[in-house]
Amino acid sequence: MSVFNQSRSRVIQIILAAVFVIILLQLVNLQIFSSQYKMAAENNAIFRKIIYPDRGIIFDRKKKPLLENAISFDLVVTPSEARNTDTAALCAILNIDTAEYKKRMRDAIFKNTSVKPSVFEPLLSPETYAKLYENMYKFPGYMLNQRSVRSYPYNTAGQLLGYIAEVDTSFLRKHRSEGYEMGDYAGMSGLERTYESVLMGQRGIKRFVRDNKSRIQGPYENGLFDTVAIAGRNLYTSIDVEVQQLAEKLLQNKIGSAVAINPRTGGIIAMASSPSYNPNVLTGNARRKNWGRMIMDTAKPMYNRAIKGQYPPGSTFKPLGALVALDQGLITPSWGIGCGGGYAACGSVYVRCEHKNPGHAANLRLALANSCNSYFSDIFRKVIDNPKMASRADGYLKWKAYMNAFGLGRRLEVDLPSEDKANIPDTSKYNRIYGARRWNSCTILTLGIGQDQMTATPVQMANLMCIIANKGFYFPPHFVDSIEQETTADTSLLGKYREKHIVTNISDSAYKAVNDGMHDVTIYGTASAIKIPGVEYCAKTGTAQNPHGKNHSLFVAFAPKDNPRIAIAVVVENGGYGSVAAGPIAGFMMEKYLNDTISTAGLARVEELSNRNLIPSAIKQWYYRKDSLRAAKLRLEEEEERLERLERERREKEIEKGNNTEAQLEPGSKPVGEKDTTRKLLPKQAILPATDPKKKNLKNRA
Amino acid sequence: MSQKNKISHGVDTTVIWLYAILVAVGILCIFMVEYRSDANWMSSFLGGKTSYSKQFIFAGICALIATFILLTDSKLFTAFANLFYVFGVLLMLATFVLGKNINGSKSWIPLFGGFNLQPVEICKIFTALALAKFLSRQETDFRKLKSQVVAGIICLLPAVISILQHETGMALVYFSFFLVMFREGLSPVVLIIGFSFVALIASTLLVDPDTLAIILSVAAVVFLYATRRQWRRKKSILLLTILIWGAAVGIQRFAVPFIFNNVLECYQSARVYSAFGKDYDCGLNKRSAKKSDKAPRKPDDYNVRQSKIAIGSGGFWGRGFLKGTQTRGKYVPAQTTDFIFASLGEAFGFAGCFAFLALFMFLLFRLIAIAERQRSTFSRVYAYSVVSILFFHIAFNICMTLGLFPSPGITLPLISYGGSSLVSFTILIFILLRLDADRQMVLR
Repeated sequence: MSVFNQSRSRVIQIILAAVFVIILLQLVNLQIFSSQYKMAAENNAIFRKIIYPDRGIIFDRKKKPLLENAISFDLVVTPSEARNTDTAALCAILNIDTAEYKKRMRDAIFKNTSVKPSVFEPLLSPETYAKLYENMYKFPGYMLNQRSVRSYPYNTAGQLLGYIAEVDTSFLRKHRSEGYEMGDYAGMSGLERTYESVLMGQRGIKRFVRDNKSRIQGPYENGLFDTVAIAGRNLYTSIDVEVQQLAEKLLQNKIGSAVAINPRTGGIIAMASSPSYNPNVLTGNARRKNWGRMIMDTAKPMYNRAIKGQYPPGSTFKPLGALVALDQGLITPSWGIGCGGGYAACGSVYVRCEHKNPGHAANLRLALANSCNSYFSDIFRKVIDNPKMASRADGYLKWKAYMNAFGLGRRLEVDLPSEDKANIPDTSKYNRIYGARRWNSCTILTLGIGQDQMTATPVQMANLMCIIANKGFYFPPHFVDSIEQETTADTSLLGKYREKHIVTNISDSAYKAVNDGMHDVTIYGTASAIKIPGVEYCAKTGTAQNPHGKNHSLFVAFAPKDNPRIAIAVVVENGGYGSVAAGPIAGFMMEKYLNDTISTAGLARVEELSNRNLIPSAIKQWYYRKDSLRAAKLRLEEEEERLERLERERREKEIEKGNNTEAQLEPGSKPVGEKDTTRKLLPKQAILPATDPKKKNLKNRA
Repeated sequence: MSQKNKISHGVDTTVIWLYAILVAVGILCIFMVEYRSDANWMSSFLGGKTSYSKQFIFAGICALIATFILLTDSKLFTAFANLFYVFGVLLMLATFVLGKNINGSKSWIPLFGGFNLQPVEICKIFTALALAKFLSRQETDFRKLKSQVVAGIICLLPAVISILQHETGMALVYFSFFLVMFREGLSPVVLIIGFSFVALIASTLLVDPDTLAIILSVAAVVFLYATRRQWRRKKSILLLTILIWGAAVGIQRFAVPFIFNNVLECYQSARVYSAFGKDYDCGLNKRSAKKSDKAPRKPDDYNVRQSKIAIGSGGFWGRGFLKGTQTRGKYVPAQTTDFIFASLGEAFGFAGCFAFLALFMFLLFRLIAIAERQRSTFSRVYAYSVVSILFFHIAFNICMTLGLFPSPGITLPLISYGGSSLVSFTILIFILLRLDADRQMVLR
């Protein structure tokens, strides 16, 4: 019997073997011939954690840090582990209610699952942090996570330093090849933006093994493939933090700008633009609160007027006008005119002059000191109508070439983003306005005194002063002198600032005449009221006509007269005479820089100047309206809250009453309950129409 | 001393060694899955809280049970076979009353101390014994259809109960007894029909229905043309061919879609489809549509995909012991039980898998050799039952982890974590060893 059907044992063995062969074939297929599974496993399991390096620090010329990396803390929660938390205590510390707590918890779970840590409260204030730190034992599942934020110990130079912010999608698209990832912080403006590649350092990457719920299990291959984070390198700038602070202080309550440059190096000592802001309001958790307000501000505190503001240079242009004429050999320093209070040679265009006394323009030096409009109008006409030139247009183009050589009408490539080039009009512009060949030196006469279509930014004006102070050369204005552990890439970045630009071949004697004239300005001329103790300096005031309101006040200067160490340009919008508003600001800045201190008498003047309010009335009104709107809104909210509270109390009472009546009534008597609810709703509807129109009105006005 | 000699006398030590090695590999695999680098494995092992320490305890219990079985007399099993079977079936029926729902199948009976018993596991042994008993009866002539039907009922009764408990995977295992019956003289036609049916279903899923119909028709015509001499003489061949052709086309056109849309649940259909790399549209499924009005969701094959990733990432030599990220990250669900092979494949690669399969192959062929050397029909039938059950478990489980077969939830014998499974396979194997040890004494 046992031998019966024994051959079938073979068949069974063959079936077994066949199935095993099929399994082996599939194993070969999966394990040997399919490469995608290895990658799929790595994508699953390897978590790349980015280790952020500390950003580089920016120092001023005396190695004082303009900004620092402060440590801030985020409160982080892992919802699945936070079951036994003392919720009430936590809410009390964070100053939130339980409803908010629950909402944040829900959000955290929704966004990041309950097993992964999510930020519960970002960027804690030091007080909150201290309170939390003491009580952490009450909050299992919560952690305080360190995070680096910028802080500004001197509360200054916000517009220059710029700010950092989390990158958004459009940033990532623009900087695709630079290896940014979502959640990274990057410099968004100012030096933070320009020197981003230096400051950011190099991110490190640590690889971890994570499980199916994305919990970290441990390092991958014991950190074999990890890279170390390299800290960002420091920047050493030419900024003098005290001069910068002083400039910002002096420009308070004004709209304007001041730029001071070291003419020997082109290093910018101070660059202020008013209204400005304290950079600390844009870091950490303050940023959320202030950003919107600053963006909406009509006076644009984020706007750097020093490189973007375009002003007619007015009389501050006159030294350059003289240099052009001198260089072309059209006048000599001793050449003069008789001015009787105006320039009438053009007939239809009459340029008034501040002075009438004869001989105030007897030579270049006198004309500069007295800022004679007639003199400079005349030499401008000489330049345009230069007999050596083939045509007036050629004369004009020659003049324009001088302007561009002196840094006007083109970008100086300051190391801040979005510099403006201001405007030296091209002939095409005049052809458009007047028609081709229908304009001449008379139609554009006021260019000679820095008006008409020409504009310049404060930094261009300061740079012009550098050229005059240096007698014919400049280094492009810049902030960063050197970079810590400079690489060749950095050298190429800074190379253009170390290159000496020689501006035409104007003779030293021409410069000497202009310098003497500008020196006289400070002795007996328009700036004679402004003195720097112990320092002789050269300056030129300017009062630019402004079609929109009061004249702009301008002041350019360099000091000391011999071997100048600072060149400066100050603009105060609607400030009136150059010597009144802008002049003293420049004076004190130079004094501070050269003498390292301000005399006691000066200090009182500084306070007085900084309190002087020159903000145009339109902007003042805007602020006033906004403040009163805010107050009105606040009152409205308070009123609403009060009504709501009353309503709530009333409702509670009614519910109590309702409960009592219900208890007495039969259980089936529903209509009473329904009536009750309609009654409860009524008062609310009655209140709403009364408040709504008011609200609408306010919004419309806003 | 003499007692010990008597126990071990005639017992096949090769099988015991293989058994011990496989159980050890199993514990190792569970250890790989449960291991965490931050916890001290020694203390967690001794703490007894982890699966591998529990499996270790189960292995100890199994050693006791094995010794116990080897100490008994083989006549016990022949004598009590039918009684055991009745007990087993009653136990399975009892789950409808006492049953505890674990992972969606109500097939567990809670025992003391938090342990659960799955009667369908134990019942495999009883069914094997009962089948052996029935086929070895003097009166049974297995060539008769009546005997074959009775044997079929013995095997499939627990399967039917199991399906009613939503434990389809286990029910599948009971079909392994047809392999035994084939050895005992069941017509190969039954196996061929069964195999053809499966092949037909597979090709229905793989090939466009119209194309398949054309292929089948062409095959029939070619066959008829080739055998034209024969069927001219014998008309039955023609008739049979046409009948088979009709049945095949009918199945692939109507029966298969009917089964997937009306008999199986949405998730089951989707699993079968995904094993062939196809998506199943649950909107067609009448059963799930009836159950809830919600649009039936397309279940994805996450388990199988992750399991394939784990095995595939192993490569030829594997990623090394405890270095598999898929295993350490617990990406493969049910990795200590159904998908235990994935951790092995990831850690030891093709080489490890090959060695492992060779071990199982060796065990199965050894058991076949043991079966063939039995003198009694009872022992032989029982031995083949053991081979078939083990084979089905191994084949279905590994095919499932490799994505060759829809996942029905079948454990890998001796490797997967679970007391019920380990104990039942231990009993299964050691009863055979007891019977084999007595093969010289028992004549019938």
